[in-house]
Amino acid sequence: MNIFEIFDPMFRLPLLTGLLFAALLPVLGMYLRLREEWLAALAFAQVAAAGSLGGVILGLPPQAGALACTCTAAAFKGWIARTGNNGYALLMIAGWAASILMLANVPIAEHLGHALFDGQLYFTGATHLVFGAGFFLVTVGTLPWLSRKLLLERMFPDFFQASGMSAKKFHVAFDLLVAAGLALATASIGVMGAFGLVFVPSMIAYRIGPSWKGALWLATAISLLAYGASFVLAFVIDQPFGPVLVMVLAGLAGFGYLIQATLGKRRASRPVATRDGAA
Amino acid sequence: MGEEALLIVDRLSAGYGHPVVGPISFSARRGEVIAVQGPNGVGKSTLLNAIAGSARVFSGSITRRAGVRVSHQQQAALPLDDVPLSGRELLALTGADARGLPDWIVPLIDKRLDRLSGGQRQFMQIWACLKAPVDVVLLDEPANNLDPQGMQYLEAQIRDMRATHAMLVVSHDRRFLDHIRTRALDLGA
Repeated sequence: MNIFEIFDPMFRLPLLTGLLFAALLPVLGMYLRLREEWLAALAFAQVAAAGSLGGVILGLPPQAGALACTCTAAAFKGWIARTGNNGYALLMIAGWAASILMLANVPIAEHLGHALFDGQLYFTGATHLVFGAGFFLVTVGTLPWLSRKLLLERMFPDFFQASGMSAKKFHVAFDLLVAAGLALATASIGVMGAFGLVFVPSMIAYRIGPSWKGALWLATAISLLAYGASFVLAFVIDQPFGPVLVMVLAGLAGFGYLIQATLGKRRASRPVATRDGAA
Repeated sequence: MGEEALLIVDRLSAGYGHPVVGPISFSARRGEVIAVQGPNGVGKSTLLNAIAGSARVFSGSITRRAGVRVSHQQQAALPLDDVPLSGRELLALTGADARGLPDWIVPLIDKRLDRLSGGQRQFMQIWACLKAPVDVVLLDEPANNLDPQGMQYLEAQIRDMRATHAMLVVSHDRRFLDHIRTRALDLGA
C-alpha cells in the first residue's frame, strides 16, 4: 500500500474530523476525571451508538439521533442531581443493550453498527466534519467559562456555596457539553475510539502533568499524537481504525507509567530542601 | 456603634439531621476577629458551615448585608486526589492575591499541590480563602499542620486584614486565638 495515498482527498475529511475530536475529547476527559465521572464518557458513547442506530432506523441522520439521546440522558442525569458513576453505569449497559437489539433485529442498522463498533473513521463525511467543527467552536467558547467553576466547586465546595453561586447550572452545562461531544465523536470514530480519547490521555496527563493548564496541553498533545499515529498505522496495515487507536493509546498509557515510575524514583532520591535551603 | 454589621446571626439553631448548635445570636462587623471557642462537638464547625450555606438552619436566621461576600476555609484537607493543580492555579480559583506569600512558599507556588507537604498545602488552602476578594472570612482550624513559623505568619496576616474584614476563626489553639481575636464567642458557655 502506498503511504502517500493517505493524502488522497478521500481521506482528508476523516483526518480533519478526527483531529477535531482528538483535540477536544481529552480536555473533556480532564474535567470528567476531576469530577470523578470518567465513566460518563463510555456511557454517553454507548448511548450515542444506540441513538445513531435509532436515528437511522427512523430515517434521521445518525448524528441527530446520537445528539438527541445523549443530551436527553445528560438532562435526566442533571435533573436527578446525582453525582458519581452509578447513573453512568446504568446508561452504559442500557445503551449497549439497545444497540445490540437494534443490530440483531433491524437490517438497515447493520452497516452503521459495524462502523460504530469497529470504529471505521474512513466512512465519515462532510456532515461529520461540520458537526465536529460546530462542537469545536462551542467547546472553545464555553469551556474557559466553565473551567474555573468546575475547579472551584471541586476544591472549595463551601466557598462556592458561600459565594451564593448555584453549582447545578454549571453541572448541567458541562454534562450537556460532554454528551454532545461524545455523541458526535462516537458517530465519527466509534464507541471505543471516542472513549479511549477521553480516558487515556487525561489519565496520563493527570499523573505527570506539571499543573492543570500543563496537564490540559499534555493530554491534548498525547491524544493528537495517538490519533495521528493510529490513522497512519490503520491505513498502512489495513485494519479498522478504532481498535488500532485503542491499542496505540494503551501503549502510550504503559509508556506513561514508565515515565511516572522514573520521575518518582528521581524525586525520591533527591535530597529534601529545608526552609533554610539546607539539604 | 460604628459600621453596620456585615453578618447578623439571630437565634440560630443549625445542624444536619438534627440541630447541633444554638440557639445563638451575634453579629460581625469589619474590624472584628471572633474566636469561636468551645469543647469538641459543641458545633463550632457547624456554625461556620451554616453561615457558608452547607449546614441546615432549623430555626432563627443568618442575614448578610447586601453584597457581602464570604469565603470559607474548611477543616478538611483539599480534595486533591492526584489532581494536577498548582498553588498558583489554586489561588486564582478564589481570586486570592499571591503577593505577600511568605518567602518559603513562593518557590513552591508553581508546583503541584499534591507534591507539597501537608503543612504547605494547608497554608495554600488558607491563603486562597484569606486573600480572596471577600468581606467575611470563615477559618476552621487554620492552625492545623502549620509549624511555628507558619502560625506566626498567619497571625500577622490576620491582624493586618482585621480593619477591612470580619473574621470568624475556630481553633483549639488558645495561644493562636489569643494573638488574633478581638472578642470571643464561647459556644460551650
